[in-house]
Amino acid sequence: MKHKDLLGLYTLEAEEIGEILSLAAKMKALVRAGQKSLDSLKGRSAVTLFYENSTRTRTSFEFAAKFLGASTVNISVATSSVQKGETLVDTGKTLDAMHTDFIVMRHPMGGAPTLLGKTVKAHVINAGDGMNEHPTQALLDMLSMLEAWGTLEGKTVAILGDIRHSRVAKSNLYGLTKMGATVRMFAPRTLMPAGLDCMGAKICRSREEAVEGADAVMGLRIQLERQKAGNFPSLGEYAKYYGVNEDILRLAKEGALVLHPGPVNRGVELTSGVIDGETSVITDQVLSGVAVRMAVLQLLGEEEIC
Amino acid sequence: MLISNATLVCGNREKRADLRIENGKIASIAPRLVPRKNEPVLDCAGYTVLPGLIDMHVHLREPGFEKKETIESGARAAVAGGFTAVCCMPNTKPVADNKVVVSYIKHRGEEVGLCKVYPIGAITEGQKGETLASIGGMKAAGAVALSEDGKSVENSKLMANAMLYASDFGLKCLCHCEDRALVDGGVVNEGYYSTLTGLKGSIRAAEDILIAREICLSESLNIPVHICHVSTFSGVQLIREAKKRGVNVTAETCPHYFTLTDAAISSFDTNAKVNPPLREEKDRLAVIEGLRDGTLDCIASDHAPHHEDDKNVEFDLAAFGISGLETSFALSYTALVRSGALTLPALVGKMSARPAEILGLAGGKLEVGAPADITVVDLAEKWTVDPSKFLSKGKNTPFRGMEVYGSVKYTLVDGEIKFCG
Repeated sequence: MKHKDLLGLYTLEAEEIGEILSLAAKMKALVRAGQKSLDSLKGRSAVTLFYENSTRTRTSFEFAAKFLGASTVNISVATSSVQKGETLVDTGKTLDAMHTDFIVMRHPMGGAPTLLGKTVKAHVINAGDGMNEHPTQALLDMLSMLEAWGTLEGKTVAILGDIRHSRVAKSNLYGLTKMGATVRMFAPRTLMPAGLDCMGAKICRSREEAVEGADAVMGLRIQLERQKAGNFPSLGEYAKYYGVNEDILRLAKEGALVLHPGPVNRGVELTSGVIDGETSVITDQVLSGVAVRMAVLQLLGEEEIC
Repeated sequence: MLISNATLVCGNREKRADLRIENGKIASIAPRLVPRKNEPVLDCAGYTVLPGLIDMHVHLREPGFEKKETIESGARAAVAGGFTAVCCMPNTKPVADNKVVVSYIKHRGEEVGLCKVYPIGAITEGQKGETLASIGGMKAAGAVALSEDGKSVENSKLMANAMLYASDFGLKCLCHCEDRALVDGGVVNEGYYSTLTGLKGSIRAAEDILIAREICLSESLNIPVHICHVSTFSGVQLIREAKKRGVNVTAETCPHYFTLTDAAISSFDTNAKVNPPLREEKDRLAVIEGLRDGTLDCIASDHAPHHEDDKNVEFDLAAFGISGLETSFALSYTALVRSGALTLPALVGKMSARPAEILGLAGGKLEVGAPADITVVDLAEKWTVDPSKFLSKGKNTPFRGMEVYGSVKYTLVDGEIKFCG
């Protein structure tokens, strides 16, 4: 890769995304075959620096690093201490001084990995920053789709849910459109931010419009705090007017994939029938996640290895 | 002292003339004045002589935030930027909401002895929006206006009372317009770039609603009001319409609102984090049109110096504000006069005579008998903004590396040279 850090898919080119996905597919096959002790990153160290809770993403990164032979350390920083504790720049300098090779960071504020990346010599991997990007999540979504279809070119992906607060939606938009897919988006108007049409999304005014004829349907998590902030009246009303149920899913192409970055609120953004349906790849996404993160670590670390 | 061979900006025209200063005042202006014996001569051939610039909206941070700026460092920055007078906002620590703090700022400004430092008092005690600050006392101590800068007085009844009571003392309210509930923690303009960066946006209405309220109060009560740092196209239009129907409203904008758009935040540059936020191209163009047609009366820098510690952090945690005193004139001259939007006298009016009129201050005119507050500039000189050369302690500028025209050669306050470029 041409970059020191993986901050987002906005700045990656299609070939780079393709490179990550093709290596990830190989990694996925290796892990499936039980090969979990590779040594390409032997002697390297990776820190997961999480300013937000996340079991799934952190575990995924940790396994990815360990499967490649790197040693890992987890650091959790309570969000509440961000403002009174050590500055991010100072934390970065400290980790750099320990010759850390990779810093995987999740942070509640957009742009935090950019600031860290400017500060440290280590490779920074964005594991989700505020409402900005979550590149490895989008890459894993794309890997699951790619494996099902063989190509992303010409495919249509419908993303429904809390688009406004979703870093996943944006990273998917950047990644999928670069790989030749069409991305449709639908959300309550209160949860749809400005400008996504200028970034290549097709903004839909109904869930039917979004889902009809789509090759994949992706639900995004609805957090209860959005209801408390007055974005919609209740989870029940959200599910009724904005959720994806079996009837809505039937409008998609036959065999359309169902994805969700998890954790899912069953019966809110997707009904259980949709989540557990035959074409759901929600569980497969998890393994794709490990594989994609292995590929990213490997590619970022590569040039120093040779 | 004799200023010779210069082009003078007098009122709405430029003329070739010499200017004599005696006892701190302008003693004569004539096409040709002969130096007297032992009279110092400032040869300003090729330069342009302006009435001393007045910045009616700066933050000098003292008392309380001396790490960011002091009255002395701020005043040095002011004279380096060509300003002979600045009006400083009350969000200090303690807040300038009483005669003691106001008096301290005024006297410290005199002690520093560079530019004139005019304190602005808070509207409410502690800027808390609950009870009126001691307005009479602050006026007596030297406050030239009132402002809650950094926020609005949320309670409309209290704001109405503030405007009425302040008018008894001849003080105007300078209104920072921001609906806090609507801003809801937003740090940038809501639009393409807030979505792109994932930074929380705030819509224009958050500013416009308060602009509209202050206009309504002014119209209802028949009290003049001044709107600070207008950034939205719709805010400009609200003010334009109000002026048209005779409301006594005046307004300012800042160089960053007519030179930058929110594209500047796309790389998470915290130096472009400012309140109100940088908006979109249509806002930038509307601000220029507002300056051109007189809707916007004046240009203020909203000089908001910060220490690097306040800016080298996550965007959400970074302080709002731009260190603007040393770039204000050149940015304005480059963006407005060289582009043909304003004539030089029109720009100078917005940076001297108009602020003086709005606040009832001396200065703003090159005329016999006026205080010899004078700014001498070389309009042809091109320079590159380099914050490491700022005299202000605040190096926070999004204009680093930008090429601008118009450099300050001399700044004279009451006839004394306070800055020599």
